Amino acid sequence: MSNLNEEADPGPTLATNRTMDMVVSLLFIALGSVFMVDSWRIGIGWIEGSGPASGFFPFYISLFMALASLVNLQRAFVHAEPGGEESFVGRDSFKRVLFLLGPTLIYVLAIQYLGIYVSSAIFITAFMIASRAHIQQAVLVGIGTSVALFLMFEVWFLVPLPKGPLEALIGY
Amino acid sequence: MEDVVSLLHGFSIALTPYNIVLMVIGIVLGVIIGVLPGLGGANGVAILLPLTFSMSPTSAIIMLSCIYWGALFGGAITSILFNIPGEPWSVATTFDGHPMAQQGRADQALTAAFTSSFVGALVAVIMITFLAPLIAKFALRFGPAEFFAVFFLTFASFIGTSRGSPFKAVASMCLGFALGAVGLDQMTGSLRLTFGSQELLAGFDFLIAVIGLFGIAEMMSSVESGLQFRGKHATIRLSVVLHTWKSLLRYWATSIRSCIIGCWMGVTPGGATPASFMSYALAKRFSKNGNNFGKGEIEGVVAPETAAHAAGTSALLPMLTLGIPGSPTAAVLLGGLMIWGLQPGPMLFIEQKEFVWGLIASMYLGNVVGLIIVLTCVPLFAAILRVPFSIIVPVILVICAVGAYTVNNNMFDIWLMLGFGIMGYVLQKLDYPLAPLVLAIVLGDKAEEGFRQALLGSQGSLTVFWSNWLVGSIMTLGLLLLFSPLITWAISKIRTGLGGHPAAAID
Repeated sequence: MSNLNEEADPGPTLATNRTMDMVVSLLFIALGSVFMVDSWRIGIGWIEGSGPASGFFPFYISLFMALASLVNLQRAFVHAEPGGEESFVGRDSFKRVLFLLGPTLIYVLAIQYLGIYVSSAIFITAFMIASRAHIQQAVLVGIGTSVALFLMFEVWFLVPLPKGPLEALIGY
Repeated sequence: MEDVVSLLHGFSIALTPYNIVLMVIGIVLGVIIGVLPGLGGANGVAILLPLTFSMSPTSAIIMLSCIYWGALFGGAITSILFNIPGEPWSVATTFDGHPMAQQGRADQALTAAFTSSFVGALVAVIMITFLAPLIAKFALRFGPAEFFAVFFLTFASFIGTSRGSPFKAVASMCLGFALGAVGLDQMTGSLRLTFGSQELLAGFDFLIAVIGLFGIAEMMSSVESGLQFRGKHATIRLSVVLHTWKSLLRYWATSIRSCIIGCWMGVTPGGATPASFMSYALAKRFSKNGNNFGKGEIEGVVAPETAAHAAGTSALLPMLTLGIPGSPTAAVLLGGLMIWGLQPGPMLFIEQKEFVWGLIASMYLGNVVGLIIVLTCVPLFAAILRVPFSIIVPVILVICAVGAYTVNNNMFDIWLMLGFGIMGYVLQKLDYPLAPLVLAIVLGDKAEEGFRQALLGSQGSLTVFWSNWLVGSIMTLGLLLLFSPLITWAISKIRTGLGGHPAAAID
């Protein structure tokens, strides 16, 4: 009874912090290199009358980013980072994250076709039902949130949000 | 004397019924934001920012800054009752706050936390009242080199005070600068780092980054650990408040120390989180009851809360006077200033007197209003966390998506927000600090502009950054901070090399 926050079981390790550290460092280096090339293209030198060229600042910033990431990569490689062998994410935890991310991606995609109000109502309702909430409650919260957002943005603050066929039907 | 007159005038602006209502709304929203996981001061203010576009700048900043105070107060509620820090700066509050709640002294812990927050904020506001005009007057003489030096110091102190690997702080910060550079180059009008993409022409909006990095990433971590909220109940009776206030007087030394730490860390962009930890650690060392810390010592609640609130408030000092925010939330407020058409920086004190002093007056009032609201409404706010997680998660995601869209009325921004969310989730888990990333996106353009103009003036010679004692000492201080991790590392190497205590060489 004392410690009330139960952390769910993360499950077997999918990747260690060390592996992820190396992956992220490599991504940083790759991004830095791409940025450096593009900065080089627009010029990193001195332009008479206007000072350092447009690419000057981004070039050196990207260089520092890549260099720092090289050190991070090396530190991960020689096990210098504390907690490197600890789990970055377990299988069950990762499933929970995907359970959140998957529907969210579909939701954002749906906004483009159905508008934000209808998509939000469906997203909230579906997410709640999938999380074993009561169906009536889920429908109520989903539609309630969307109606509240609609009143707030379209009616009171007059900030237009993406709308779809349903809103067109009622004249918005 | 002139300042006191200005301040009184500010009170007359802030004390209109309309602004008081906005203050109350702001505080209540802020506490809710502070209590809810996934919504914090920074992204909460970012999401609500577009709603203020139609208000006058003074009313808008009063409401938004009150959201910030509310969020600062709200973090303590979850820490004490649920052992879940709603905000990073209230992590240290859980150490003693939650044990007190378990012993049935939640009401005392909450009263102590709110009161200390109030004291910390009040001291910081008083400091702002008297220091801000002086600093602004001083900064009027700043040229591009001086401004760049201050930016440099800001970012160097992030690296110097980072708790994790300084190289990760550098990588994270440079990523911010690089993302900030994407789009149109303000000085020459040429496009850079857009790779032919239409969407990237306008660059990355830092408000989107804030909503993603702090909001979406936070939801992902909460879901990942499968947190269940089951907390202690609490209501606060007046007798307990009065009794606790009396007992708090004994900790005046801790309060003063925490205020100083908080104000210092807030003005230099160390921020509220390290301030709260440092203040807790020092209180533990100096207290007579130091050994009881962690077991439910009221002083262990006073110290971090005072410092966090003092730091959170004084982060607005550099934002107002120099246009350099001391925390991500202050950065969002700064973004708001620019959207409302105000130019942050020293000129603000001359051209926008009403705005500045209205804001400062509202800081006094907002914290008084905040203290009253949180003391009386704790059960209501705690009830929010008893709403099932299956409702909170999708609703907050929807709110984040709406917030991201309204920043520029742009669908692509919602995708960007998701991208920033995934990025923030991964980076946070690997101990990359996110605050320098956000500040670099916000300040990148201005830092670069200062740098390029300074070099243009000096025909490319770097000596311009040491051309007078002011800019020279700021730059040198920045360099010292930048290399301080290296210096401490070298000293510890030399010590272990000379002393020959292998046990002391734990890295």
